[in-house]
Amino acid sequence: MTHLLEVQDLVTKFYTEDGIVHAVNGISYTLDEGESLGIVGESGSGKSVGVLSVMGLIPSPPGKIESGKALLNGRDLLHLSKGELQNVRGKEIAMIFQDPMTSLNPVLTIGKQLTEAVKLHLGMDSEAANKRAAEMMHLVGLPNAADRLNDYPHQFSGGQRQRIMIAMGLSCNPSVLIADEPTTALDVTIQAQIVELIKQLQEKLGMALIWITHDLALVAGMVDKVAVMYGGYIVEFAPVEDLYKQPNHPYTLGLLHAMPKIDAKEQTRLASIEGMPPDLRLELLQCPFAPRCPYAIDKCWQENPSLIATGPNRYSACWRWEDIKEEKTFGGA
Amino acid sequence: MNNQEALIEVKNLKKHFPIMRGVFRKQVGAVKAVDGVSFKIYKGETLGMVGESGCGKSTTGRSILQLLKPTEGTVRFKDMDLTSLSAAELRKARRHMQMIFQDPYASLNPRMTVGSIVSEPLEIHNIGKGAERKERVKDLLKIVGLNPYFVNRYPHEFSGGQRQRIGVARSLATNPDFIVADEPISALDVSIQAQVVNLMDDLKSELGLTYLFIAHDLSMVRYISDRVAVMYLGKIVELSDKDELYDHPLHPYTQALLSAIPLPDPEREATRQRIVLEGDVPSPSDPPSGCHFHTRCSYTTDICKEADPEFRDLGTTATPHWVACHHAEKFS
Repeated sequence: MTHLLEVQDLVTKFYTEDGIVHAVNGISYTLDEGESLGIVGESGSGKSVGVLSVMGLIPSPPGKIESGKALLNGRDLLHLSKGELQNVRGKEIAMIFQDPMTSLNPVLTIGKQLTEAVKLHLGMDSEAANKRAAEMMHLVGLPNAADRLNDYPHQFSGGQRQRIMIAMGLSCNPSVLIADEPTTALDVTIQAQIVELIKQLQEKLGMALIWITHDLALVAGMVDKVAVMYGGYIVEFAPVEDLYKQPNHPYTLGLLHAMPKIDAKEQTRLASIEGMPPDLRLELLQCPFAPRCPYAIDKCWQENPSLIATGPNRYSACWRWEDIKEEKTFGGA
Repeated sequence: MNNQEALIEVKNLKKHFPIMRGVFRKQVGAVKAVDGVSFKIYKGETLGMVGESGCGKSTTGRSILQLLKPTEGTVRFKDMDLTSLSAAELRKARRHMQMIFQDPYASLNPRMTVGSIVSEPLEIHNIGKGAERKERVKDLLKIVGLNPYFVNRYPHEFSGGQRQRIGVARSLATNPDFIVADEPISALDVSIQAQVVNLMDDLKSELGLTYLFIAHDLSMVRYISDRVAVMYLGKIVELSDKDELYDHPLHPYTQALLSAIPLPDPEREATRQRIVLEGDVPSPSDPPSGCHFHTRCSYTTDICKEADPEFRDLGTTATPHWVACHHAEKFS
């Protein structure tokens, strides 16, 4: 069976003055039509670099995609020419970025930025493009859209700018939308608006979605499956319900117990994952999480586990996943 | 909570920032960052303060410590009125109240060693001497879980979580009674946040500290606080015991805020009814008339547009529940 998007064994490194940064160390995942995938990880886990590599947006040098494939409808995006890639980006696969304050061009009107993609990819003339832009603005819930096409980004609030970014991303009806922490810069109530909007649009337009975030709670209500990343590896991959009910990797377990439960009467002490994320300049032979893991055994220090199937559609990169599965707390805390 | 001793008593605190225009820098308006808040912080408690960006929660914290001179109102700390102290008196009083800042990357001087950062408050307040001071610095580093041998290192050699620990050590140097923590964990990763929060919690019971914990993460605020105040556009809209506030929110804004928090539980997320607020927070330089929240509230009636709702207690004697809404009874 062919998937809409299939990433295989992607490796991305950065050759910096301080040494080689092993940002992404062989990640694989698939995405089917209309499906949604959450990629969760902390800063430096490689979650953004992973998708930027797929989009061909890694600055090179210093970045380099060492190996791997990213098949979109069977076509490998990693080996397309610049021109070919331009035709795919924005049309078949689109991306929304984290910071709506900096990802819009401040000296161009919203209308100009919104019509650029449809003129280029769909060959629309100005009139049709403007109509389409107004339609998109309406779709993302911006009032009196047609009148505001000549406004500049600074005339919109943060939440509105993120809506404009979404409108831009969706204007060519992409089959895959990648959202890289689209709500991190926004307040909770505005975040809720944007999450609702993207959920509705996904249902309406039937596109596939990759949602990248550091917030495990945020994706719980909106994706079908989740990949948890740590130190450039996917350490756990599971359908969303299973992941939260019974994590099979100690890092996921730790993260879930490090978050306070907002509705819990009796607050138990937060589990704290001691230590800090690995230095990506070192090539690791051991499990990247071993130095912080209360469950680590000798084997974890000798050999880095690859993803092991631990159930239907779920994988964990842990030698002790069978024990972790039974754990009710993190490290007995 | 009522019979306890209030360490801090804030009355009708206002902080307006003037907007100047033109060649003569004439004042044409004011950003009403904090527009009349009153509350008490009891000895030994943690008061959580939540709200969205621009609601005035940080300005409130800074105005309490007189880092910003309040436009109006009084702040009573123990038996002093901080707003009427002279500069010299204020400097003396400052050793009893300290602050932990949000960004551990910006709040530590990159050219100072950890030792000099942590001992600076001791120098300013003339506490201890030479060897004694060095001992104290090492003790402080130990208390916050850092290796005392790190004294000669520079901030860039530490990770975000460790830097925040240095910030905590600095705030503890003068043995303060009261600490304002202004979003101390917002810049940290989830796995590191728990480390810092646990540390702050331990220090509170060990050293008998009182905190004003400012944050926008509502679940973390519930975890660490005893009571919680919710701010919106320069005003406190609700204030109560944390369980009371989270389980029975009386203000429509608090209700919306609580329902906007994502839960790490797919099953409950699927069935949850979410109140999604329309629009954005209005500008604090031109707040709406009457109740500031009326432009986004689904219960708005005529009175909300005309009259500023009174901040009143609808709770019991055991658990007071203060709320500023004309229709609060409807929700209780």
